[in-house]
Amino acid sequence: MLRIAKLPIALFALFIIVFPWIIRQIPAVDNYADIMIFAGIYSLITIGLSLLMGYAGQISIGHAAFYGIGAYTSAILTAHYGLNPWMCMFIGMTTSGVVAVLVGAPSLKLKGHYLAMATLAFGIIVYIIFNEETSWTGGPDGMSGIPGLNLFGFYFDSVERYYYLVWIVVFAVFIFTVNVIQSGTGRALRAIHASEPAASAMGVDISRFKILVFVYSAVLASLAGSLYAHYLNFINPSTFDLFFSIKLLIMIALGGMHNIWGAIIGAVIITFLNYEWLHYFEEFEVIVYGAILLLVTIFLPKGLVGVPEIIKGWFRE
Amino acid sequence: MNAVGEDNILEIKRLVMTFGGLMALSNLSFQVKRGTIKAVIGPNGAGKTTLFNVITGSFSPTEGSVKFNGSPIEHLKAHKIAGLGISRTFQTVELFGNMTVLENVMLGCHTRIRPSFLISGFRLPQALKQEVRIRENAMKILKFIGLADKFNAPAENLPLGEQKILEIGRALASDPELICLDEPAAGLNETETYVASSLIRAINAKGITILLVEHDMKVIMNISHEIVVLNYGQKIAEGPPEKIQNNPRVIEAYLGSG
Amino acid sequence: MEKITLAGQLFQYLITGLTVGSIYAMVAVGFNIIYNVTEIINFAQGEFVMLGGLIMVFFNVVVGLPLVVAFPATVIVVTMVGVLLDRLAISPIRKPSVLTLIIATIAASILLKGAAMFIWGKTPYDLPAFSGRVPITVFGAVIQPQYFWVTGFLIVIVVILSIFFNRSIIGKAMSACADNPDAASLVGINVRQMILLSFAMSAAIGAVAGITMTPISLMEYDRGAMLAVKGFGAAILGGLGSFPGAILGGLIMGTIESFGAGLISSGYKDAFALIVLLIVLFFKPSGIMGSVEISRIKRF
Repeated sequence: MLRIAKLPIALFALFIIVFPWIIRQIPAVDNYADIMIFAGIYSLITIGLSLLMGYAGQISIGHAAFYGIGAYTSAILTAHYGLNPWMCMFIGMTTSGVVAVLVGAPSLKLKGHYLAMATLAFGIIVYIIFNEETSWTGGPDGMSGIPGLNLFGFYFDSVERYYYLVWIVVFAVFIFTVNVIQSGTGRALRAIHASEPAASAMGVDISRFKILVFVYSAVLASLAGSLYAHYLNFINPSTFDLFFSIKLLIMIALGGMHNIWGAIIGAVIITFLNYEWLHYFEEFEVIVYGAILLLVTIFLPKGLVGVPEIIKGWFRE
Repeated sequence: MNAVGEDNILEIKRLVMTFGGLMALSNLSFQVKRGTIKAVIGPNGAGKTTLFNVITGSFSPTEGSVKFNGSPIEHLKAHKIAGLGISRTFQTVELFGNMTVLENVMLGCHTRIRPSFLISGFRLPQALKQEVRIRENAMKILKFIGLADKFNAPAENLPLGEQKILEIGRALASDPELICLDEPAAGLNETETYVASSLIRAINAKGITILLVEHDMKVIMNISHEIVVLNYGQKIAEGPPEKIQNNPRVIEAYLGSG
Repeated sequence: MEKITLAGQLFQYLITGLTVGSIYAMVAVGFNIIYNVTEIINFAQGEFVMLGGLIMVFFNVVVGLPLVVAFPATVIVVTMVGVLLDRLAISPIRKPSVLTLIIATIAASILLKGAAMFIWGKTPYDLPAFSGRVPITVFGAVIQPQYFWVTGFLIVIVVILSIFFNRSIIGKAMSACADNPDAASLVGINVRQMILLSFAMSAAIGAVAGITMTPISLMEYDRGAMLAVKGFGAAILGGLGSFPGAILGGLIMGTIESFGAGLISSGYKDAFALIVLLIVLFFKPSGIMGSVEISRIKRF
């Protein structure tokens, strides 16, 4: 559960690098790189949420708000004011961080259901603001004309280029997060999850750590939002609704929240479900998500990452 | 044995703790001399664990003061008190079940390090060096308490006796001046109890003061320098073991009307 | 020509607020029943309301059953949904931690919402008002007769529940479970059955709320979440677990929302209730009727 082995990481890197080349060989799946971009963007959010839920044991059903804050900050500052997109990304992340502190400080003192409801309410309030502040956000019709990204003249204007951009970011964040988990900070988080009284008695400042992880997850969600905005060049509030926050929950539950790999696995599977496999069954979409979440909660509480352990258990018997 | 200080490492003055209508601690006062082992005993419900919870910062007392090395700590949060040099174990073992034996002890070092999110994330050399130091320190403690060979085992897989020892080891890791042990021998058989008492004596021999709640009278009589007896949240007797043994009020509290 | 006075307008907001608040109160009562027995917050509570409205549309409009038959039929169906929720989503969970239970009820709410979308689509549906739509004018406020039905049913529910919990054996058994499930089972109370009953009752009350509100504000498949959050806000405002608190909380919540929408901004209508919820959670989570100790001790 803890020693994050080096081999899987190397394989992961390899897979990311060759994936676009592989799918180029199969015409039927040539839109898969595009879908993987979304999977990567969602992974950024789920990595942070996985740390928050699986390691620190907190819950948030309002993270779509931070995703939206990143997206709209980038969109407004680049489309309306022409500022440098990378700087705007950073501004968005800072804004999300500040909001996360303001909302997190009182919320994370709450436990369980109270915390869930507080994050839920926060998420909806931000969603309403996106819809209502039409002069800033364009309201329900959305905002278009968001520029793409370029680095010193190298334009990320093809699917493949953007794919590599997103997944390099995901990889970097993944490594960073793994480092945190394996450090004293990670230990403190797991201690908080295991026993708050004992963690406190051993000197862990529980509120500080909870807020820290919450801010980290908010900053990552914001980064994801900015990348999303610059990819589609258009955003509208419906992307950042309650159902998206719940989809994030499903990704983490499906992948497995106690293991950082679960965040990526869950994000990839649900993204493909969303954009590719369920596309033809739109009326079933919501039912399928609900069923997945329920079945995973009852039968696979550790998510897909926990399956090898279950199989090992069968062999032992 | 190291020089037993004449000064008081811990001073409890007129401590009162009420929950709703219930008065768990009532006008309680006593001191703990540096370097000694002081036991707190009393029938069930006498307020012993409440006393621990107040000292270690889980609750603030309704009235009264707790002074550690002369400074008042009664309104400080638990994690701050841990940082000042007070450590504890719990009546029902509160290990970190999601970690190994070694990691539990490593967490005990938390107050001695300054874990930084960014520094660990970027894997800067200072973070790595710190981890190595913590790991070495934790292994040393595991050797001291006799669990070194199980360092990689999941903490929750240990038998109860070893879990209790591990919890004491974890409490040692922060290099405390005072350790509060809440029923270290509860649920242990005779061998395990013997191991636990020897360990407590060995810890005290290093100069660490011990405040101990226990029901096992043999353990109490064997290792404590002083005993304070509680009943219904009040102090009914205090003194060295021989005096307490023969104190009629104590005998009555345990056997009698309660 | 009627003159709309400021007083009349304010009174209008008040009446609307009390009506909407009655709905929130009913949802809050539903939350409390389940919470009192299980300490679970049922995120799917709002879906019971939604299903109440839509299933009533089916029985009353599509099938054509008269109101007196369709109403209880709907309540029975939704009650069965509540029972299914407990049987399929809650009791199968092997290691019920707070996080898991939260996710389970969220899953149930999505499933119900998805099923509703599948069956009824995304369009809002209307129900004929129980006693017609000729408005009554009181002190300059125009009141739909349906408003009285909503508040009336709230009162009926309150009376029935009081009798149930205070006078009947089952009701007292349920209260015992709330206080101390271990002791309750020792005395021979079947805690599992009490939990089932609590879900059934909550579903029934939710259904009544949905049926009575649809003639006023229509009903569609995704109304559940917002109702649940606001109903929860009402429950917390009044003090989680307290029935008088739920009523008070609901009415206050509805009134604040109505005045906020009318006087400040109608676009932010939903945000008002949510902001109240956040304020309560941050500053006084025990609510109006709750005591600080109870909210601290409550096992979470």
